[in-house]
Amino acid sequence: MGRFLLTRLGLAAITLLLLSVLVFVGTNLLPGDVARRKLGNTASQASVDQLNHQLGTDKPILVQYWNWISGLFHGDLGTSLSYRLPVSELIGPALTHSLKLAAFAFVMVVPLAILGGIVAALKRDKLTDRVITIGGLSLTVVPEFVTGIMLILVFGLWLDLFPVSANAPDGSNILTQLKYLFLPALTLVIVLFGYISRITRAGTIESLDADYTRTAVLKGLPRRTVIRRHVLRNSLLPTIAVIATQTGYLIGGLVVIETLFNYPGMGRLIFTAANAKDFPLLASSVLIVGIVFLIATLLADVAYSLLNPRIRYATAE
Amino acid sequence: MTTIDDQAAPIAIPIRPDETKAERNERLRLLARSPTFLLGSILVGVWIVCAILGNLIAPHDPVAPDILSKFEGPSGAHLFGTDKLGQDVLSRVIVGARSILVVAPLATILGTVLGTTIGLVTGYYRGFVDEATMRVVDAVLAIPLIITALLAVTAVGPSRKTLVLVIGFVFTPIIAKTVRAAVLGEAQLEYVQAARLRNERGPYVMFVEILPNVTGPIIVEFTVRLGYAIFTVATLAFLGFAADPTIPDWGQDISTHYQSINAGYWWPVLFPSLAIATLIVGINLIADAIAQLFER
Amino acid sequence: MTDAAIELQDLQIAYTVRGIDRRVLRGVSFSIGQGESYGLVGESGCGKTTAAFAIMRYLPRNAKIQSGSIRLNGEDMLAMSGAKVRRLQATTLSMVYQNPASALNPSIRVGPQLAEVFGLLGVAKEEAAHRSEAMLHKVQISDPQQVMRRYPHQLSGGMQQRVVIAMALAKNPTLLILDEPTTGLDATVEAEVLDLIAALRQEFGTSVLFISHNLAVIAKMCERVGVLYAGRLVEEGVAQEVFRDPRHPYTVGLLRSIPRGGVRKDETALDTIPGFLPRLGANLPGCVFEPRCGLAKEICREQEPELYPVGNGRVSRCHFHDRAQELPRAAPTRLPAAQTANGRPLLEVANGSKTFKQDGQDVRALVDISLTVRPGEVLGLVGESGSGKTTLARVLLGLTAPDEGSRLALDGEELAGKVEKRSQEQVRSLQIVFQNPDGALNRRHSVRRIVGRALEKLLGLGGRERDERTAQLAESVRFDQTLLGAKPAQLSGGLKQRVAIARAFAGDPRIVLCDEPTSALDVSVQAAILNLLVELQTQKGVSYVFISHDLGVVRYISDRIAVMYLGRLQEVGDAETVFGGPHHPYTEALLSAVPTLEGEDRTRIRLEGEIPSAANPPSGCVFHTRCPRFLGEICVQEEPPLAEVEPGHLMRCHIPVDELRRLQGEARAVAQSKTTT
Repeated sequence: MGRFLLTRLGLAAITLLLLSVLVFVGTNLLPGDVARRKLGNTASQASVDQLNHQLGTDKPILVQYWNWISGLFHGDLGTSLSYRLPVSELIGPALTHSLKLAAFAFVMVVPLAILGGIVAALKRDKLTDRVITIGGLSLTVVPEFVTGIMLILVFGLWLDLFPVSANAPDGSNILTQLKYLFLPALTLVIVLFGYISRITRAGTIESLDADYTRTAVLKGLPRRTVIRRHVLRNSLLPTIAVIATQTGYLIGGLVVIETLFNYPGMGRLIFTAANAKDFPLLASSVLIVGIVFLIATLLADVAYSLLNPRIRYATAE
Repeated sequence: MTTIDDQAAPIAIPIRPDETKAERNERLRLLARSPTFLLGSILVGVWIVCAILGNLIAPHDPVAPDILSKFEGPSGAHLFGTDKLGQDVLSRVIVGARSILVVAPLATILGTVLGTTIGLVTGYYRGFVDEATMRVVDAVLAIPLIITALLAVTAVGPSRKTLVLVIGFVFTPIIAKTVRAAVLGEAQLEYVQAARLRNERGPYVMFVEILPNVTGPIIVEFTVRLGYAIFTVATLAFLGFAADPTIPDWGQDISTHYQSINAGYWWPVLFPSLAIATLIVGINLIADAIAQLFER
Repeated sequence: MTDAAIELQDLQIAYTVRGIDRRVLRGVSFSIGQGESYGLVGESGCGKTTAAFAIMRYLPRNAKIQSGSIRLNGEDMLAMSGAKVRRLQATTLSMVYQNPASALNPSIRVGPQLAEVFGLLGVAKEEAAHRSEAMLHKVQISDPQQVMRRYPHQLSGGMQQRVVIAMALAKNPTLLILDEPTTGLDATVEAEVLDLIAALRQEFGTSVLFISHNLAVIAKMCERVGVLYAGRLVEEGVAQEVFRDPRHPYTVGLLRSIPRGGVRKDETALDTIPGFLPRLGANLPGCVFEPRCGLAKEICREQEPELYPVGNGRVSRCHFHDRAQELPRAAPTRLPAAQTANGRPLLEVANGSKTFKQDGQDVRALVDISLTVRPGEVLGLVGESGSGKTTLARVLLGLTAPDEGSRLALDGEELAGKVEKRSQEQVRSLQIVFQNPDGALNRRHSVRRIVGRALEKLLGLGGRERDERTAQLAESVRFDQTLLGAKPAQLSGGLKQRVAIARAFAGDPRIVLCDEPTSALDVSVQAAILNLLVELQTQKGVSYVFISHDLGVVRYISDRIAVMYLGRLQEVGDAETVFGGPHHPYTEALLSAVPTLEGEDRTRIRLEGEIPSAANPPSGCVFHTRCPRFLGEICVQEEPPLAEVEPGHLMRCHIPVDELRRLQGEARAVAQSKTTT
């Protein structure tokens, strides 16, 4: 198991390095001259040069990259061009908001989707299965902002049960905060349910069809015991990986939801930074999202290796 | 007499699955009759018709502002009501289909062609090329696709061409990953080794020997990505990056009007949303039916 | 008279496939007495596995029992409730099937999986653990405590199967069903497992239903045998008698298609059964075997024969059962013999080595292999898993490059390590027929294209010339021209293998590697392919390197034989010498492990332990840890060289060949005296 994790860690490190390069190139080089963009076309070349020098964007690329990276290690994520604040002060709250929403959504969707997937697998090809599978599938593919709008219309406008903006007033207690977060979280639940339940269903079916399940049944075990003791522990392994891959999306990809519900999360932050050509903010926030994703997948790998004996104990003998 | 109904037992398959031409046509016929396929085709078909005929079937001119009749609710004259500028929502919905149904498929085709090629090369050659490419793919996939697309479009500016290129390139890594997985499975089979023993060159083995055997997963992947492409186009439009702001665009219309929900004007937002939803659901129903076809 | 342990009466079962009911069992009846062992023999599609699952009450969802009954100890099983069936499965019925690795739950340790069986008998947890340990001891696992704590993937194949057998016998069942339990295991491991089953059967007094396609294994393990064809029992009786004196044309045909008693290719061609196995649910009026039977007359098509008694409790479902052995041969008796060209070696390997890196360790898959293959000769390559024979094949072909210092030469000219660097002449001279016809042919290409492409690339033929040659090749492998447009999925295994052979011969090769070419085929089809291979060899003067785990087949077709163990050659010599003796102790053990139809005329040599891993081979002679003729320190310290102990006979052993000759002669004499008394 040690070797497996070490390999994974190594790969993640390489990916992280590549990611930082990609982010840097994508956010800094493509849009072109930083100061020119900031000051506009009418500004004089002299003031453009001066700003470039002030920002440090007239230095060679590699130096700029190095400055950025080494700054990251010291916790200095740069200074936002539009807000004139340290980037870390901007990312901090946005990240917290995104994490809260993601956690809320996860807590609701994961047990529900796993249960749905298992039930669908156990009632394979029957009506219950078709409803869960097709229904889940249809709900999943609908873009999240469409789902969000529907929920706003139904629960916010027509039924007036939940607030439409996700921003609870400052100092609200946890319950009130949850009430405000409910609609956007519910949107995410609807979006993720179909995907997670489908993977769980597939894993459970593979487990049900396996020879070892046949052995268990032929021992004379009652069906419920077979499922509980033999099937389930093998069916959830793929689900773990899938859940991990959704974290990146949940933390940084919810631009539209955050816009719709007026919620200041990472997605909105990135969007605003991109529009404002605020490169330090943009680069660091995109990188943070990527890092969160890599951490999540690494944790999933750890969980997987702990739960899968074939990895945990390499073949002895 | 029947057997004890054991849900756990899998289905037995006859030893020699003869796949004659007749039987393959039978499968296609089954596909055509499956309810998911039919429903999906209807949904998609409606929008394709709208895209093609566009203005011809729209009851009103979609870009004719009429301030006096702004925000009128659904009625006989305006089935879907009018929007902020008094334009007929129904007409805008119908004509809006064209933009999305041009950009999304082209982008998906681009992504599929590129992704398939990369998947074939990395899956067949393995080694350093494979490792390096996969690291880059993993790095790109660490960022949510929509963010990557957003950043690219911000940099190059939106237009039909750039949207097709951006979305096509953004989809390439994930398609490459899927194709590579399928190719890895095939490359282990002996017929690939037999090709080496005929001194076949790499491109021949990849495209003539292996590719025909992985078309199944590629087709399924294509249809799924197509739905996602539509979603991405609509989202980018919502965020202000419509291909052409002057013509009706579902995402853009939603973006313009979602604030008005608070005031109770739901129809300019609901109908374009439903349009996007039904189109994507339709495509995914077709994708699901096709996937079932290959599963058998 | 006590009830039979299990009794099937006229059982008819069908599968519903895409809406159509396809008959698998067309009315099968047999019974197994208490403590009796009964073998069910047949080829693929005959329904033997379906019968087994029907007894276990675990048929697939799309299976229907249309009529008939199954009685266990006199009770009607088909009328039982689900709870009653489960009770029986927990106490009275057990099944062991192929592929033990997948039969065990990979996420649960071995101990709890075994203890579960006791738990169902109402045994308390602690007691169950003790009895599990005792049971593992009984299946000859030396350290039960440790094994119980392990997960299945940490055990070897042989050990996994022992655990499965332990689980099956833990409940002391009335009936134990074994469905191909040793297929896929190495020969020496298989012998151990079979001996274990026989011993335990004696001890527990269990009735056994043994299902296999391997007649020799059935002959060894079973008292009575039933031959199943197309879902019908066509012959039944005492196993030894049925195999010695068959009374049904199908049984006769089967027995004739197996190389038995050391017969060789120059003595006689194997007989084949013409035609194809019937498809699932095919409509067969009259006798099910009639379409392929050389004795068939009008009556056979019109009236299905009943089971005629033929004496001593035997039955045969044939109108002409008394003339069954007069079944005319389907294949000619003799094949033209080839002249083994003696002369310069065609293929030479010197210091051939291949080392892989696995998990940071060096795995020496091939160590210092030196071989020659002469023109027109067949070199049989024999070895168990880990022997390196597959790696050797890949190195010869150039699919894997050997280590530095290895030398390969074809007709005196050096062969590059990688096939991409070899000349076109060399590439088409060295071809292969793979084991698995499904993976060896591109599913999306037609037969014409598969063969045609080979002709294009290897001989540079195009257009009409290529099409003509394709037709010629199809004819030479007896492949119906009308099927040239078909894709592999539409062909049977035997037909696919013919296409693979045609492709291998497309470029007029000098050497063809045959890697288990018949192992994936049914018995009756194997003979036809073997005959074809022999015929092509003699016609074209081609050499073969013939890899197989089936020693009977190897003995039949090979001129010379090479025996490999853990990447090293242990013995090389004439086929007769290697089989007859004196031979290497490993060869001796291997030969004694393989069951034959003739019965045991030699003592079983038991090999202790498992095959060592190639990553960590024993010191000195790699076989010393298991060698029944272990000499002493010298075997541990020094690896014996591959020396020529007799003209043309190479052996890697410290024991002098005369000593071996004497010792092995004595052992044979002892064994013979045992059987005669």
